[in-house]
Amino acid sequence: MDVGHGDDWVGPLSAERDGVLTRWIGLVGKVLRSRLSEAELARELGDLYTALLGGLREGGTDLDSESFGELRALLAELSGTRARQGFTPRETAITVFALKGAVAPVFEERDAAYHEYTRFSDFIDELGLFTFETYAQARDAVIVEQSDQLLELSTPVIKLWDGVLAVPLVGTLDSARTQVVMEKLLEALVETGSRHAIIDITGVPAVDTQVAQHLLKTVMAGQLMGADCIISGIRPQIAQTVVSLGIEFGDIITKATLAEALALALRRDGFQLRRTNTAGGR
Amino acid sequence: MSAARWAGGPAGGEVTVEQTERHPITTEADVVRVRQVVRGLAVTAKMSLVDQTKVVTAASELARNTLVYGGGGSMTVDIVHSGRRRGLRAVFVDSGPGIPDLDLALTDGWTSGSGLGLGLSGSRRLVDDFAIESSPGAGTTVRVVKWSR
Ligand SMILES: Nc1ncnc2c1ncn2[C@@H]1O[C@H](COP(=O)(O)OP(=O)(O)OP(=O)(O)O)[C@@H](O)[C@H]1O
Ligand SMILES: [Mg+2]
Repeated sequence: MDVGHGDDWVGPLSAERDGVLTRWIGLVGKVLRSRLSEAELARELGDLYTALLGGLREGGTDLDSESFGELRALLAELSGTRARQGFTPRETAITVFALKGAVAPVFEERDAAYHEYTRFSDFIDELGLFTFETYAQARDAVIVEQSDQLLELSTPVIKLWDGVLAVPLVGTLDSARTQVVMEKLLEALVETGSRHAIIDITGVPAVDTQVAQHLLKTVMAGQLMGADCIISGIRPQIAQTVVSLGIEFGDIITKATLAEALALALRRDGFQLRRTNTAGGR
Repeated sequence: MSAARWAGGPAGGEVTVEQTERHPITTEADVVRVRQVVRGLAVTAKMSLVDQTKVVTAASELARNTLVYGGGGSMTVDIVHSGRRRGLRAVFVDSGPGIPDLDLALTDGWTSGSGLGLGLSGSRRLVDDFAIESSPGAGTTVRVVKWSR
């Protein structure tokens, strides 16, 4: 949006640079003081002010125009940093909107027509909206990053015993997660040369046909790698539901608990579990 | 809260409805939310853990069919009363291509895609009342009720 000619503001705004900046830093500092040092803030706002004057000097107040390229880049950087550091949208927008208060005295001194200040104010609103938009984009990117990390985090492959791996699944098992689980399990099977894989679904709230299909695929892939696969943690309500639904796990071995699955894997490897000391018993 | 009556309780008696909610089903995330909403209402209706899991699983199946085959739609869900019993009713509606052969679609193991073909037939077994209406070009409506025991 083009709200007027910028060149008539440039003179007074550059002449009173120091005063405007001091007021601006003061206003923003009031809100952000605890989170940003004064020196940092002074540098940030100083750079923004220089870019703003540079753009206005080239004429026009169209934020999309080439003359404001530098300003846009700085605003985008600022809002991106703020989003990543966990500043709120309000704390981020205040940086820009506080400029209105900081320049108001300049217009008052010049006895400028009210409409001139309004035009400048509209221009600041444009800057604020732009900042807000890039802030939102950066926040979305952060959220996507975090959920990717969560995806990785929530699917650890655990070595329970020499040759026995376990993947405890927690939460919703969608296609993306199944893919991650399957890849991590297969990698770990190769890396450790394990012969047993236990997929534990104690933390999966419901097993529908999609989850079942994903489980079956994962087990099949494990078997193709030469590993014995056991599904454990099938709680009674899940077992009843799976049966009513009509899902058949075929010859896949299932166990109620992870402990039972581990005991089975060890037995198959020729281990015997025996208590040797009765004093510790109950 | 809206209240309505319809005949069709467990013993064919009168049914009162409360707490109607409508949820869109247009993304995979909506399917997850449908499960959570239905779980919450099943708890409110004081269902056993087994019945909660059954009705949540049925809702998950029907919501995914609405999304995948119906091209999106919605679920309207409410708590129903009949005499002293409480239950959960969920209606899944889409205006997709419809199902040309209902008997075939309700056959265990039949799928037009790459599923297990157990979603429709399986959810019918998971609930107490199951009604489906569909005609080619006019979309599909599936209504299920689960009564708490
Ligand atoms: N809402 C719908 N609109 C159109 N077609 C549907 C709809 N719901 C089901 N169908 C058809 O009925 C078939 C059977 O559905 P069903 O849910 O039983 O199996 P599926 O979805 O193919 O596999 P899954 O076992 O994963 O659910 C589907 O393959 C599809 O062709
Ligand atoms: Mg289905």
